[in-house]
Amino acid sequence: MVNLSVKIHELDFKNPVLTASGTCGFGEEIADFFDLSLLGGIVVKGTTLKHREGNAYPRMAETPSGMLNAVGLQNKGVDNFISNIYPRIKDLNTHIIVNVNGSTIEDYVALTERLDELEKIPAIELNISCPNVKEGGMAFGISCVSAEAVVKAVRKAYSKTLIVKLSPNVTNISEIAKAVEGQGADSVSLINTLLGMAVNAESRKPVLSTVTGGLSGPAIKPIALRMVWQVYNAVKIPVMGMGGIMNATDALEFMIAGASAIQVGTALFIDPAVPVKIINGISEYMERHKIQSVNEIIGSLQC
Amino acid sequence: MKKTVTDFLLIENKQLNKDNFLLVLQSPVPVSDIFPGQFINVEIKGSPEIFLRRPFSVLNVDYEKQTISLLVKILGRGSKKLTEARLGETINAIFPLGKSFTLPDNQDHILLIGGGSGVAPMLFLSKICQLNPANVTVLIGARSVSDHIDISEYQPYGMFYFTTEDGSLGEKGYVTDHPVFSEQFNRYNKIYACGPDLMMKAIGRKAIDKGIFCEVSLENMMACGFGVCLCCVEDTKTGHKCVCTDGPVFNVNDLKW
Repeated sequence: MVNLSVKIHELDFKNPVLTASGTCGFGEEIADFFDLSLLGGIVVKGTTLKHREGNAYPRMAETPSGMLNAVGLQNKGVDNFISNIYPRIKDLNTHIIVNVNGSTIEDYVALTERLDELEKIPAIELNISCPNVKEGGMAFGISCVSAEAVVKAVRKAYSKTLIVKLSPNVTNISEIAKAVEGQGADSVSLINTLLGMAVNAESRKPVLSTVTGGLSGPAIKPIALRMVWQVYNAVKIPVMGMGGIMNATDALEFMIAGASAIQVGTALFIDPAVPVKIINGISEYMERHKIQSVNEIIGSLQC
Repeated sequence: MKKTVTDFLLIENKQLNKDNFLLVLQSPVPVSDIFPGQFINVEIKGSPEIFLRRPFSVLNVDYEKQTISLLVKILGRGSKKLTEARLGETINAIFPLGKSFTLPDNQDHILLIGGGSGVAPMLFLSKICQLNPANVTVLIGARSVSDHIDISEYQPYGMFYFTTEDGSLGEKGYVTDHPVFSEQFNRYNKIYACGPDLMMKAIGRKAIDKGIFCEVSLENMMACGFGVCLCCVEDTKTGHKCVCTDGPVFNVNDLKW
């Protein structure tokens, strides 16, 4: 038997495969397809302090080997999460991580304080990288000063594992990673979507109601891999890698580049059962390469 | 009903006219119950340009033969590629997805209106309900007789009327110009429609106006089909709803029509 367990800060994960925020709902939506307890963790849909309707339709455009989305953090707010959703998912026997969003630092802090009280939420993923909201979101994640400010404030309000989700829409992602590490982040996850755009040539109109949106899928994998490798070499805290992971080989590439864990996102839209295939594929790879612990793979890139 | 990912075998792929194909998929295991209006999300392999699955409403199901029939109209690169699939190919699909139409009962007088590829769930509905055919009126609109598909298999289940925009079959004009719609609307207590947005809106508005029960099936662009991506939302009276899970069938009273 190979050992798949990994550690992010003080948190032990049974394996390094998580589902990414905004692609698995609250877990329940994909429960028909596989046993959720097999997952290392579930990062649930981006949550805000108050209900958000999100952006107008159309919110999606298919692109070569990927897609653009402009959902804009549609969610029913943290009160609804705590009263209606948390009780249903808290005992899924996998780590439930909440993706936290805000327009202001005060929002982030208020939301974080509420989540800190939830016994079965061992970590939050602080989203300072959503490209689809007018205020806050990515604006916090594209400068060291604002990233530091929000992480500093949230760190004070949150006692458990704090993962900060980084934007790839920056000149130097390592600098942002170092900045949030300096303010007490326990881990960084990357990458969020890349800002992109689709145009309908016939109508000469943008495809998305918001004109621009976030690009995901295998189209962004080489960029994500590069950034994971750069950040892994720049910080001491563990890195969670994501961006276009479709199968076990992709997942292993991220781990070799330095990711301690990976998140599967857009791939779920095409094959909602893919996380189990990735977990099994990692095991098979380890057996084939006679690797006992998955930790031996992390950052094992031989340059 | 539990959603499953199934590898079907393509056992029939018949071109019905210029743009419409009938695809019959056979399941290796018994087919879960699937009802009119629900859909199946099909993976189309072989091109990086076709990244996402494509949703199709079901035309027919045969539980004995374990088959699901789809009416596939070529609308873009995905549907085109699917119609090029060969017999014996594996077609991976997720189903059953979405909510079905509210099934009518024997007391109901129903009007089913299908436009373009929207005829599929209407034909399925006419067949599955096994109502007195005299109580089932089916109105089908197409651009021209050359876009029309053979509905003889469904003929026993209702009274069929046709419109074409060029008058090459049935009445000339849109379905909303047909006397069944323009003059006899009040005869029906349940109206079901699937087709282009403008058609469904015209039907929906009249149903709202007359206070008649009316359900329509929307087809907003979706990425996942099972309620996680939140891309296919319709702006309803109670906020953004996912067409894939809250629909695709909506009562017109819930829509901002």
